[in-house]
Amino acid sequence: MAITREEVLHVARLARLALSSDEADRMREQLGDILAYIRQLDRLDTSEVVPTSHAVETGTPYRDDSVHPFGEKEEILKNAPDREDDFFRVPRIIED
Amino acid sequence: MAGIPVHEWTLLDAARAVREREVSSRELTRALLERIDRMNPRINAYITILPEQAMRDAAARDEELAAGGARGPLHGVPVALKDIFCTKGIRTTCGSRILHDFDPPYDATVTGKIREAGAVLLGKQNMDEFAMGSSTETSWFGPARNPWAADRIPGGSSGGTAAAVAAGTCFAGVGTDTGGSIRQPASLCGVVGVKPTYGRVSRYGMIAFASSLDQGGPIARTVPDAAVVLGVIAGPDRRDSTSVDVPVPDYLAATGRSVKGMRVGLPREYFAGGLDASVRTAVEKALEALVSLGAEGVEISLPHTEYALSTYYIIGPAEASSNLARYDGVRYGYRSEGAKGLIEMMSRTRGEAFGAEVKRRIMIGTYALSAGYYEAYYGKAQKVRTLLRQDFQEAFAGVDVILTPTAPTPAFRIGEKVDDPLTMYLSDIYTIPCNLAGIPGISVPCGMSPDGLPIGAQLLGRHFDEEAILAAAAAIEREIPLPRVAPEEG
Repeated sequence: MAITREEVLHVARLARLALSSDEADRMREQLGDILAYIRQLDRLDTSEVVPTSHAVETGTPYRDDSVHPFGEKEEILKNAPDREDDFFRVPRIIED
Repeated sequence: MAGIPVHEWTLLDAARAVREREVSSRELTRALLERIDRMNPRINAYITILPEQAMRDAAARDEELAAGGARGPLHGVPVALKDIFCTKGIRTTCGSRILHDFDPPYDATVTGKIREAGAVLLGKQNMDEFAMGSSTETSWFGPARNPWAADRIPGGSSGGTAAAVAAGTCFAGVGTDTGGSIRQPASLCGVVGVKPTYGRVSRYGMIAFASSLDQGGPIARTVPDAAVVLGVIAGPDRRDSTSVDVPVPDYLAATGRSVKGMRVGLPREYFAGGLDASVRTAVEKALEALVSLGAEGVEISLPHTEYALSTYYIIGPAEASSNLARYDGVRYGYRSEGAKGLIEMMSRTRGEAFGAEVKRRIMIGTYALSAGYYEAYYGKAQKVRTLLRQDFQEAFAGVDVILTPTAPTPAFRIGEKVDDPLTMYLSDIYTIPCNLAGIPGISVPCGMSPDGLPIGAQLLGRHFDEEAILAAAAAIEREIPLPRVAPEEG
């Protein structure tokens, strides 16, 4: 299952993952091998099979719609790489 | 326990000795901290060691006991956690550069339950980055090593926890298992590891890898020790809506249950090619042990087994690529400096601070979920997951537990498979189906290879029937006595 360098770079952009040129080459090779392996699933006819998203069926859990305040804002904010008052600070969002 | 060094005591003996005030929690804690100092430079099982805090906690547990109150079954007993469980105010890295300085603002539910039960936390244990790996070689903090042979991997991703338990540096630890990450390292380090039923243990504050597969569970030196820790961490939690409200039974009592009349399924697909001869022999010994106690071996088939690895390598990465989107350099963790715009900052942060295996899985997952490929990969894998679940449902109509090898080979050498992802993935081939089906599994030591490396047997049970696999594993453990603490110079 061949995958092109362009596809690798496209997927990396979707994943917000900067790859070096070497990494992109290696990724193309390894992803191709892994995808070729997992396409073995095509051998199985699953047209009548219902998909599983949850292995243990328990029904929908209900709870009261009540507020449980966390209350430790500073504990959260102190991990920020950059902040201003009670805000997370980031580089400019709208690029030139 | 006269004459047995403290670090070789079982957790149950240590807990009893503290409760009956034959020894103080401070003495136990000091002894294990010294053991960590001696062993950790060789095995790199801990990312963070907490000497001052552990001694303070131990002193507090001793005072509580003197005042007449034990908190719970782990009162005063030093244990440790895989560095994937959030610990309030204690660095939690998940083995990654991207979280190298993250101080969680809250405790995971597992962390809280361990503390409420009275345990003393010694430290946070090494692991594959974001639990993605089978060898603990992908950790940003360097590989952990197998205490039985320091040139070999301890397994993974909970390799630090398994190595630490086998080296006698804690009485037990809690790891996580998405495709075998508790059972495979337990097997390779000669200790006991339990992957509970999906939903048995809360995932709140346990850093997510693949949310429909992840489950926390104990690693300990004996089955009863693991059972006690499982009883402490199990139970529903309003902060994890996938945790299930079914009663938590007395797991320790289950370890004393007879296996007479138990029907033990042997799936022929698990004893086919690729299985090391010494592993096959050891697992056959485990079966003989059960049969000698009145259990019955039954050959069964799990016909879709060969598709489990592919299914896992779609579902796991797909869920991971979504879960790991939160690491963007904005709210916590590493940030790449000097980027001109937000998107560039995020992409460079992730490119610089994720390791090769994590990047590979994010790429596979993003690809499998991307426009035009979703049905062919993720949709297909979810359907095959149904077939794999049905295999187990049908098998458990005729048997009580299923016995298999835990891993196809004993521990391999550091560096041997690190550049060959597909070969590395094959080391989880016997453990992955259990996670896809959501059923409980345990690995229990059942032999040694000719090179003196530990071998484990895996037992699988019905949903929420941890008791049956604990009973069978405890029986194997009693019939096949093996050393549980690795030699000092392995």
